[in-house]
Amino acid sequence: MLAQPLMKGSPVQVSPFDVERLRRDFPILRTSVRGKPLIYLDNAATTQKPQVMIDALRRYYEAQNANIHRGVHYLSELGTKLYEDVRQKAKDFVRADDWREVIFVKGTTEAINLVASTYGRSRVNEGDEIVISGMEHHSNIVPWQMLCGEKNAKLRVIPLNDAGELLLDEYERLLTPTTRLVAVAHVSNALGTVNPLRQIIAMAHAKGIPVLVDGAQAVPHMKVDVRELDCDFYAFSAHKMYGPTGIGILYGKSSFLQDMPPYQGGGDMIKSVTFEKTLFNDLPYKFEAGTPNIADTIAFGATLDYLQSLDWTTLTQYEHDLLTYATEQLTEIRGLKVIGTAREKAGVLSFTLENIHPHDIGTILDQEGIAVRTGHHCAQPVMIRYDVPATVRASFAFYNTREEVDALVRGIHKVVEVFA
Amino acid sequence: MPADELRSLYQEIILEHNKNPRNFRVMADADVTLEGYNPLCGDHYTVYLKIEGEVVKDVSFKGSGCAISKASASVMSTMVKGKTRQEAERLFDRFHALVTGKPDQSVNLDEIGSMAAFAGVSEFPARVKCASLAWHTLHAALENKQEAITTE
Repeated sequence: MLAQPLMKGSPVQVSPFDVERLRRDFPILRTSVRGKPLIYLDNAATTQKPQVMIDALRRYYEAQNANIHRGVHYLSELGTKLYEDVRQKAKDFVRADDWREVIFVKGTTEAINLVASTYGRSRVNEGDEIVISGMEHHSNIVPWQMLCGEKNAKLRVIPLNDAGELLLDEYERLLTPTTRLVAVAHVSNALGTVNPLRQIIAMAHAKGIPVLVDGAQAVPHMKVDVRELDCDFYAFSAHKMYGPTGIGILYGKSSFLQDMPPYQGGGDMIKSVTFEKTLFNDLPYKFEAGTPNIADTIAFGATLDYLQSLDWTTLTQYEHDLLTYATEQLTEIRGLKVIGTAREKAGVLSFTLENIHPHDIGTILDQEGIAVRTGHHCAQPVMIRYDVPATVRASFAFYNTREEVDALVRGIHKVVEVFA
Repeated sequence: MPADELRSLYQEIILEHNKNPRNFRVMADADVTLEGYNPLCGDHYTVYLKIEGEVVKDVSFKGSGCAISKASASVMSTMVKGKTRQEAERLFDRFHALVTGKPDQSVNLDEIGSMAAFAGVSEFPARVKCASLAWHTLHAALENKQEAITTE
């Protein structure tokens, strides 16, 4: 167990992949729910938090709290340093070129809204088109729909095949001289599909079209390299990758960010203000008005240190094997249908049971201490595509085990028993 | 069945009505037709009423949703059929109090009949909307609301 909070520059190597050891880093995994040990399979909604992050959050409020960026006193300077260090850590985590390309936001949703209301509003005009995919979360649909409504532009949607994979030949046809942006998920939250991003991005770039990636479901499961992907924007949330709620990252290529108008006006995003004219601040502060979420950002830094200490090659392999095992075990249950069978998947196993509504399944599993998601997963168009009102979604993290999958299988058999 | 708590939710009556819902049909000559929709879980029903004067002569419903919502709609249809508007509204009030955990002290078990099976729902806050959907739709239909009802 990582008893002491990790200091910057001192990553602890944990290898080979030892799930029992890693589970001890997450205090909630020792708790019980309804008299049963918690089996937490709702990681795509939010992951659990390591002790080092919880400690960092507490330490900030107990010993470090002050406002940042302007104070000359000790705590303000300390807070500023801790806060800005996290920007570096986030930059390193997604392998960006420059810390100025890392903008702190509330989460993925705000990151996408930021791009829609700055890049979108200044570059999209009547008759232009925005291309999204048929597997997007509502947060990567609605901001573009609102923008299109305002500008009289068109929203075009890349269709999916029955397995939940994007149809790239259809996508190619959607890229036209009036396409202003492609906005697409790295990993689908409802289906688990990992999209072939490099190809998607290269196809758009060949026609001079920038690409925004919703990376919320990818960063917890795989090492992301924004330079290798060559994406123009990459959005993700801390709380879905073992960090606190209320903080997220928008990565953007500085060539785009430089030219974009500010997002919100206020303190911190300015160089000087008179009633006649305001000079906007440089990157990244131009996009960060007001006192930011200092505490959670600093706590997120502890999460990033923790994640950097893990061996991601074994972690990714472990998660992949666990998802394969879960898929095999669940598929054997009579009447169970997996929704989303793409060749490349990560983290998510969505399913339905014949004649039993997902809500009833969720309630019965909950009695077994098993937390799954039931519903449309903020992806109603996906539900419509597969003609289901809802699904049950078991979503995994590296701390989940085969024993937990077995418990899920037993739980589903109980569901079937109740409704037999 | 696994736990006591669970048994209190999925009563035999509920499971049975879910399997064999009563009055589960489209009513072509209905006087009032109203949709009820629970966007959170996708429960979606249409409630049909045949009304003569003050009396609800016939009730039916069609649609899909979870066991709780379907059984509740089925029980509702059997209880309301033949009642006056006023009696139906009174049953709606009773049901609402029951599933939100505010049962009237003076409640008469004979009066609420099969509805009593839904008492356990109050222990499951996330499921109250499922149980109430058909009853809310009935209530709105009796008030001559035209627009589809949603629980959100």
